[in-house]
Amino acid sequence: MKILGYIFKRILQTIPLLIFVSIISFFIIRLSPVDPLGELRLNPSISQETLEKEQRRLGLDKPIYIQYFLWAKSFIKGDLGYTAAGEKVSVKLAERIPNTLLLTLVVIFSTWLAGIPLGLLGAVKQKTYIDRLLTLFTSMGMAIPSFFFAILLLTFAVKTGWFPVGGLTSYNFAELSFWDKFFDIVKHLFLPALVLFTISLSGLQRQMRANTLEVLDSDYIKYARAKGIPERKIIFKHALRNAINPMITLLGFEFAGLLSGAALTEYVFQYPGLGRLILEAVMKSDINLVMASLMIGAFMLVLGNLIADILLIITDPRIRA
Amino acid sequence: MIKEIWKDKFARAALLVLITLYGLIFFADFIAPYSKDYSNRAFAYVPPSKMYIINEKGKLSFPYTYNYIRKYDPDLMQTIYKEDRSKKYFIRPLTLGAEYKILGLIPCSLHLFGTERGGNLYLLGTDINGRDVFSRLFFGGQISMTVGFLALLILFPIGLIYGGISGYFGGKTDIIMMRFAEAIMAIPSFYLLIILAAILPTGMTSAMRFGLIVVILALIGWAGFARVVRGMVLSIKNEDFVLAAKTIGASPLRIIIKHILPQTTSYVIIAMTLAVPSYILSESGLSFLGLGIQQPDASWGNMLKEAQEFTNLLYRPWLLVPGGLIFIAVLSFNILGDTIRDILDPKGRKRENLR
Repeated sequence: MKILGYIFKRILQTIPLLIFVSIISFFIIRLSPVDPLGELRLNPSISQETLEKEQRRLGLDKPIYIQYFLWAKSFIKGDLGYTAAGEKVSVKLAERIPNTLLLTLVVIFSTWLAGIPLGLLGAVKQKTYIDRLLTLFTSMGMAIPSFFFAILLLTFAVKTGWFPVGGLTSYNFAELSFWDKFFDIVKHLFLPALVLFTISLSGLQRQMRANTLEVLDSDYIKYARAKGIPERKIIFKHALRNAINPMITLLGFEFAGLLSGAALTEYVFQYPGLGRLILEAVMKSDINLVMASLMIGAFMLVLGNLIADILLIITDPRIRA
Repeated sequence: MIKEIWKDKFARAALLVLITLYGLIFFADFIAPYSKDYSNRAFAYVPPSKMYIINEKGKLSFPYTYNYIRKYDPDLMQTIYKEDRSKKYFIRPLTLGAEYKILGLIPCSLHLFGTERGGNLYLLGTDINGRDVFSRLFFGGQISMTVGFLALLILFPIGLIYGGISGYFGGKTDIIMMRFAEAIMAIPSFYLLIILAAILPTGMTSAMRFGLIVVILALIGWAGFARVVRGMVLSIKNEDFVLAAKTIGASPLRIIIKHILPQTTSYVIIAMTLAVPSYILSESGLSFLGLGIQQPDASWGNMLKEAQEFTNLLYRPWLLVPGGLIFIAVLSFNILGDTIRDILDPKGRKRENLR
């Protein structure tokens, strides 16, 4: 019951944060010299009626703080307005968010699966050639610009023809059987995921290595060693558990980093995700879409941190004390 | 500290690479065979010029090259370039070429090397506008390698003062200031970056645009930095020397700047060396998307923009070179940063907050 109370309190804390984020993003965008309906006006298929409706919804003739409240009100109601192309923003977002989530979750899952053991290995074998090799590899992974790596893999894909390029599904997706559909998505997902995997694995491995080293240096490990507990047991039972705890906090940050990193990768691979959506929206100065995706991005980030914190509350009894 | 860096093999190599890179871009005008604005419209996407040191008789010779001639291949339906073997152009050291100004003052037209009159030397081919990729690497480096440092010059004072005030005063001030910083951090940084870059008004001079890109980059990172500084200030502010300063009657701002912030120096140095590469990456990403440094100015990011088109990927691999340079620069900074951190903060307690 006590845990639930903490979680509830933590959830309540995110609400003012999100309001703050919305205020900041709203003012950044609205104070810029871009006309929020400029693109919409230029689109001949948008009726005068829709334009007026948007004008009223955004309250463009009123002072800016009233505009903010109008925007917030319709945002909470789920009315996010129209894109420059005349589609509903909410529909567009609903289409893209699952794709980005899929990519991000695949990457987080695989990096954790590989990063934790590799980090542990690096720490246990500290200063041996295995550790040096891992460090070299992670330095390189951290230094390569995501878009450059993406371009290199794209060259590879185009030259060999082993991987389809662009999109998440093939043109004949609807006709495929279930397993073919599955493999089709896997094939499309592989290269973008590989780019993000390489980059975030590097950070994760280093962090895990540093944590393990710190834990191995602590008094209780020395005590365990003095007692004569086998080294295997020390590492897997005592060191691993304690070194993973701080990693959970990192999970939230990783989520944020992936959202940002994904934007460029999605752009290069023409992957239909949130990052590419916001990029295209920014380039077309599609204000409604930018504003909404900014909020959704922030929301996902805050949610990521929230989940990390809740996991930490559950796993680490010290926080509850 | 330099001595300790020198002792580490990797760090020494990284330091040398960085010194070389900065040296090269400092003397860009002299080393680059062509000027920044040089463009030969008739020669778009020329492949790299081949240098020969063994002549047709099989004997060693001064390095020379051939010009390319443009042909249209009706079968492939595209322009192809062939070497014109009829005339050799020798490559000479210290030739006269396009005029530039040393330190922006003294006019000069001496270049490190070049070909004889009438010859073209495109060591890494040309881009879509017929500009020499090799030369532009240097001019692009001037922007890509300095943007990070300039952003840090803006970011660190802001972060230090903000974190210092928030941590020192505590209470309501602290809560409000930190909530604001957290809100900035809650916006995915790259999203914020592209939005800020996109709302820049068009039609600015390139110097203004460069300045504003620097400011935008600085606006992204300060919040995270300020939070760490605040944490450190919290632990320092109850030390005896702070109490002593208070007793003398020093003003809070004086205590923060003169007594507390200097205690964070080693953290700041570590954070700075580790932050520069991330700014190099951000700038190149931004320019790659066309939102950062704009043509005709060069930056390693915007030079890569062309490389991502399918035909260029397959047939013009020389356009990828700037990416390799970003990689090398960032890698060197990271290695150097790691070493400095190990020296200044051997236990690595602060490393978690840096990335």
